[in-house]
Amino acid sequence: MISKPPVSAEASPDSGRHADNEASQEPLLIATDLRRYFSLPDGLFRKSSRKVKAVDGVNLTIGAGETLGLVGESGCGKSTLGRMLVRLDEPTAGDVIFEGQNISMLSEGELKPVRRRIQMVFQNPFSSLNPRKTIGETICEPLIVHGVGDARSRQARAMELLDIVGLRREHYNRYPHQFSGGQRQRIGIARAFALEPKLIVCDEPVSALDVSIQSQILNLIEDLQRAFGVSYLFISHDLRVVEHVSDRVAVMYLGRIVEEAPTAILYRSPRHPYTQALLAAVPVPDPSVEQTDIVLEGGVPNPIDPPQGCHFHPRCPLAVDRCRIEMPPLFESNGHKVRCWINGPGMHEA
Amino acid sequence: MAQPNELTDTSRLLTPADEIPISRFRLVASRVIESWPAKISLAILVLVVICSLVPGLVAPRDPFAQDLSLRLVPPAWSERGVPGYWLGTDQLGRDTLSRIIEGTRITVLVSLFAVSVSGLVGVAAGLAAGFYGGKTDAIILRLIDIQLAFPLILLVIAVVAVVGPSLTNLIIVMGLSGWPRFARVVRGSVLTVRHLEFVDAARSIGASRVRIMSQHILPNIMSAIIVYASFEIARMILLEATLSFLGLGVQPPTPTWGGMISDGRKYISQSWAISLIPGVAIALVILAFNVLGDSLRDALDPQLDERL
Repeated sequence: MISKPPVSAEASPDSGRHADNEASQEPLLIATDLRRYFSLPDGLFRKSSRKVKAVDGVNLTIGAGETLGLVGESGCGKSTLGRMLVRLDEPTAGDVIFEGQNISMLSEGELKPVRRRIQMVFQNPFSSLNPRKTIGETICEPLIVHGVGDARSRQARAMELLDIVGLRREHYNRYPHQFSGGQRQRIGIARAFALEPKLIVCDEPVSALDVSIQSQILNLIEDLQRAFGVSYLFISHDLRVVEHVSDRVAVMYLGRIVEEAPTAILYRSPRHPYTQALLAAVPVPDPSVEQTDIVLEGGVPNPIDPPQGCHFHPRCPLAVDRCRIEMPPLFESNGHKVRCWINGPGMHEA
Repeated sequence: MAQPNELTDTSRLLTPADEIPISRFRLVASRVIESWPAKISLAILVLVVICSLVPGLVAPRDPFAQDLSLRLVPPAWSERGVPGYWLGTDQLGRDTLSRIIEGTRITVLVSLFAVSVSGLVGVAAGLAAGFYGGKTDAIILRLIDIQLAFPLILLVIAVVAVVGPSLTNLIIVMGLSGWPRFARVVRGSVLTVRHLEFVDAARSIGASRVRIMSQHILPNIMSAIIVYASFEIARMILLEATLSFLGLGVQPPTPTWGGMISDGRKYISQSWAISLIPGVAIALVILAFNVLGDSLRDALDPQLDERL
C-alpha cells in the first residue's frame, strides 16, 4: 500500500521534471494530423455524408518518461484520441509514429508486438475487469497472449505485480467483485504494467473513484513512472488532477488542440480564452481567495455542425470578425502553442 | 478527518473462509439445489434420465405386451381400475406406466440432441453476428428472419416428409429449427458485453478475436445460454410430441409421449387417462427444466460467491 501523504499536502516541485532531457531525445510517440470521423446513419440504407469530426487534425508528441496531460470537456474527442493511439479505434487519417514505426496502418497481426509496448488503463474499474476471471488470470493474460514465460513464472510475475501496485498476494484467486473501486483500478494498472510497456494511455483513470482514493491511485501512477520510466498520455477532465501528474498539458476543444504548454506555464499563464475560462472555474480551497469566474455563454456546439472559423468563437469573450471566418492555426513560441487569433499572434505559426 | 485507508477495506474481505479453495463446480451445484422447487425438479429429471437409460429396470411390465382382455383400463385409483396397472392401459391393453417410462428414451434423446445441434449452430452464428457486426451481422440476421418467417411446424413437416421420419433426421431437423432463436439470444447478449471495457482491454493487450470471444465474451453470456437451453429443451420435448402426435415422429410401436397422446385421442370419450397422462408427463418435465434453468442461472453468477 502506498504510504505517501495525500496529494493536497504534497508540493509538486517536480512538475516538468523531464523537460530538460526531452529536447535532446527522439520522442517516443509522434502523432501527426490525426483524424477520426464518424459517419452518421441517415435513413435505413444510405450511408450519410454527415460526419462527426471527433478528432480533427491533432498533432502531439510524447517524450520518453514524460506525462502528457490531455484535458477537455466530455465529447471533445480526448478519449477517441487516446483510443486511436492504442489502436482501439482506427484513425480516419493521420499517422502515429511509435518508436520510429508508423503504427496507424498496421494490421492486427503486425500490431501485436507493438501492443506489448503500448498499454491502456481504463476509466471504469467496474467494467474494465472481466467478472468471470480471477485477478490472477486477468493480470496473467497479457503474458499468456504474448507467450511470456511458463505458467509458474507468469504466476510469480503476477504476484510481483500485485506487490508493486499495493495489493496482497492472497488476492490472486479472488474475483473482481470482491474489491473496491480503488483496488480494481490497481488491478487494471497491474495488468497494464505486466508487459513493461513504454507508453500507457490512462483514460480518466481516477474519475470514477472517490476523491480520497483518487490521490492514492495518482501517487501509484507517479511512483510507477519513477520506477519504470514509462510515458503516460493522461486523459482527464479534471484540471487539478492533470496539473498534479503532467509534465505538459494539451487542451482539447471540439476535436482540436487549442492550447499546449508545459504544465507550470499553462497553469500560470494560460493564453487561450477557453483555457482561461476552464482554469478560472477550478475551485480554490481557500475562502480568502477571491475567485473571478469567466462565465462561458452557451454550451459546446453540436460537433456534427461545428461553427465556422474558430470553433470556440460563439462562446469566446474576445471574438472578433476574423474568428468567425477563419480557423486560427496553432501559434507557437517556446513550446507554448495556442490556437487563437487574439492571444496567439506574436508567436510564430507552428 | 482521517484519510480513509483501503487497507481496512481489504482486511474486511479477508475472512478465513476465503482462504479455503472451494471447487467451483461444487459451489455452483450446491447453490442450484438450494430451493425446494429446484430440488424437486432435479429429482424429476434424475428420474427421467434413469428411465431413459434403463427403462427395463424401472418399468413394471413390458411396454409392448398387448392384452386385449384389459383394454382401456382406467388408472388404479378409480373404481374400475385393475391392480398392477397403476396408470391403466391403452386401446391395445398395453400398460400406460411402462409405455411412459419407455417413451422417455426417445423424448430425452431427441430433445437433448436437438438442443445440442441448435445450440452449437445458434451460439456460433450469434457470436459471429454480435462480435463482428456489419455485413456478417446483417447476413446472419436476414437468415434468421427468413427461417423465422416460416411457420416452424410447417417447416419441420415439410423436411421430415421429404427425408423421412428417422431418429437421426428428426434430431437434425428439430435442431436446425431452433438455431435462429438461439442465435438471436446470443447475439443480443454479445452486444451488451462486447462494448464493456474489459473487451477493449483484451484487445489492447493484443488478444486474438478467437481468444476474446472464447475467454471474455462467451463466459459472460454463458448463463444466458444455459438458461435459454433449458427452455429450448422444454420446447423440443413439445415439438417432438407435436411431431409424434401428427405421425411424423418416431414411428409406432416405439412409444413416445406425443404419439401416446395422439393414440389416446380416438378413445378420449371412453378413457380420458390415455391422453392425459402423457400430457401431464410432458408438462412436468418441461416445468422441471424451466425451474432448474432458472436456479442454474442464479447459481452461475460469481457475484453470489459470498453467500456461502
